[in-house]
Amino acid sequence: MLNLIVSRLLSALLVLLGVSCLVFFLIHLVPGDPVEVMLGESAQAADREALRHALGLDQPLLVQLLHYFESLLRLDLGTSLQSKRPITELLWERIPATAELAAAALIVAVIIAFPLGIIAAVRKDSFWDYGAITVSLFGVSIPNFWLGPMLILVFSVWLGWLPVSGREEAASLILPAVTLGMALAAVLSRMVRSALLEVLNEDYVRTARAKGLSERAVILRHALRNALLPVVTVLGLQLGVLLGGAVVTEMVFSWPGLGELTIESIQRRDYPVVQACILLISVSYVMVNTLTDLVYGWLDPRVRLGGRS
Amino acid sequence: MIRVALPGAILVIWAVCALVGPMLAGDPNHIELQRILASPGPEGWLGFDDLGRPVWQRLVVGAQTSFLVAAMVVTVTAVLGAVIGTASGFVGGWIDHLLVRVIDIFMAFPGILLAIALAGVLGPGINNVVIALSVVGWVGFARLARAQVLSLKHREHVQAALALGVRRTRIVLRHLLPLIVAPLIVEGTFAVAGAVIAEAGLSFLGLGVQPPAASWGSMIRDGTRYMLMAPHMVLAPGLALMMVVLGVNLLGDRLRDWMDVRNR
Repeated sequence: MLNLIVSRLLSALLVLLGVSCLVFFLIHLVPGDPVEVMLGESAQAADREALRHALGLDQPLLVQLLHYFESLLRLDLGTSLQSKRPITELLWERIPATAELAAAALIVAVIIAFPLGIIAAVRKDSFWDYGAITVSLFGVSIPNFWLGPMLILVFSVWLGWLPVSGREEAASLILPAVTLGMALAAVLSRMVRSALLEVLNEDYVRTARAKGLSERAVILRHALRNALLPVVTVLGLQLGVLLGGAVVTEMVFSWPGLGELTIESIQRRDYPVVQACILLISVSYVMVNTLTDLVYGWLDPRVRLGGRS
Repeated sequence: MIRVALPGAILVIWAVCALVGPMLAGDPNHIELQRILASPGPEGWLGFDDLGRPVWQRLVVGAQTSFLVAAMVVTVTAVLGAVIGTASGFVGGWIDHLLVRVIDIFMAFPGILLAIALAGVLGPGINNVVIALSVVGWVGFARLARAQVLSLKHREHVQAALALGVRRTRIVLRHLLPLIVAPLIVEGTFAVAGAVIAEAGLSFLGLGVQPPAASWGSMIRDGTRYMLMAPHMVLAPGLALMMVVLGVNLLGDRLRDWMDVRNR
């Protein structure tokens, strides 16, 4: 287990290092002079030089990179060009909203996907199975930036049940969570179905049936538990899609999270904030995935032992 | 039959709209001030947008945008990814180790986020959308090609060719590539769906095509502002987008079942 932990943490560290490097180079991809792009063409030469100096863009690339990593270690992400506030402060304000949205979407996805996947697997090739497959096909094919407005149109505008946007009341969370969770529910229900189908042919399922257990107990206690492992891995990987989708979903619903901050900062050309947002979202994704890996290894001795060899 | 015919028909309509539609449909930027937000009717069967432009014509131009972006992105990423992945898997050693690390790093960016960042930094415009989606997209193909080559390169026919002194490039081209093409095509089909959604998503966020050019994503964004008065502005591009993605996904599922020998 210790070997697994060390090797996973080391590779996570390498990935984080690479991710930070890529994010660092983002600002150098701005066509032309990034300082001119950020300040506009009418800016004074002195202001430009001041900003160039403040961002360290007047230094050699290697020095910039070292400074960047040094400030990362101090958790200093710089200052927003627009609001002149420390970027860490801006991020802290936005984290709860995004975390809340992602968690709610995850719950929505699980609530939809598990019953759908289980019914489809148990009643394979039946009306229910085709129904579930069709639902999941639509789920992956409807982009969240269209599903969101459609849900607003039906539930907020026509029926008047739920708020259109913002995060003032608890009910505001429902539509964004459904919008974001739907695609994940679609992928997950397929995973549950195929994992369960694979397991249902195993000997221990036949044994469970042979000893006269109810079908419910066979499925839920014996089959589903073993089918969960591959599903959990996919869930960890799909969390990335969820976080990426959150950026778009937050824009649809004016949800005040990191995604909205990212896009607003892109629009205002506040590139240091853009870099910080991208870095934070990616780093949390890497950390969650590493944690999933470790939990997976802890739960399943086969993974643990495989990691040692 | 319907499982091939339906997606096939959708995709043919999409391609025809994209390739010859703009020449036939008329001017998508023609403004008629009396028709602003007009509902579907005899003058325009999908209605008019907030500037009095015909939604049908703009939908056709949007089909062209999504088709061209998807075609370019998937061609570039599939070729690039297949070459890099195959080389890495076949050569092995430190080159392979390095590539796995690079792939890991690219995979660490959640979903569309890296494309958003790249498109945001490079500046809006359809060329930058293609660049951003290509930078993000090659990884999937490279990973797949590498995994396939790793599982194939110890097969007898490859070992035999090596023992006979066949040149490595020839082994890759004649003995490996034909075997990994099928999974790459399936991956490519799903990549088309991904590229279509991603292009529309970036355009929805204002990072894709710029006005007055049309994309289904930017049409949806414009439409959301007038949902109460003119729901057709959101419905038309959204349904078109969904149909195309659904068609591509159905075709991908079908191809996967068909090419997966185990299922036969």
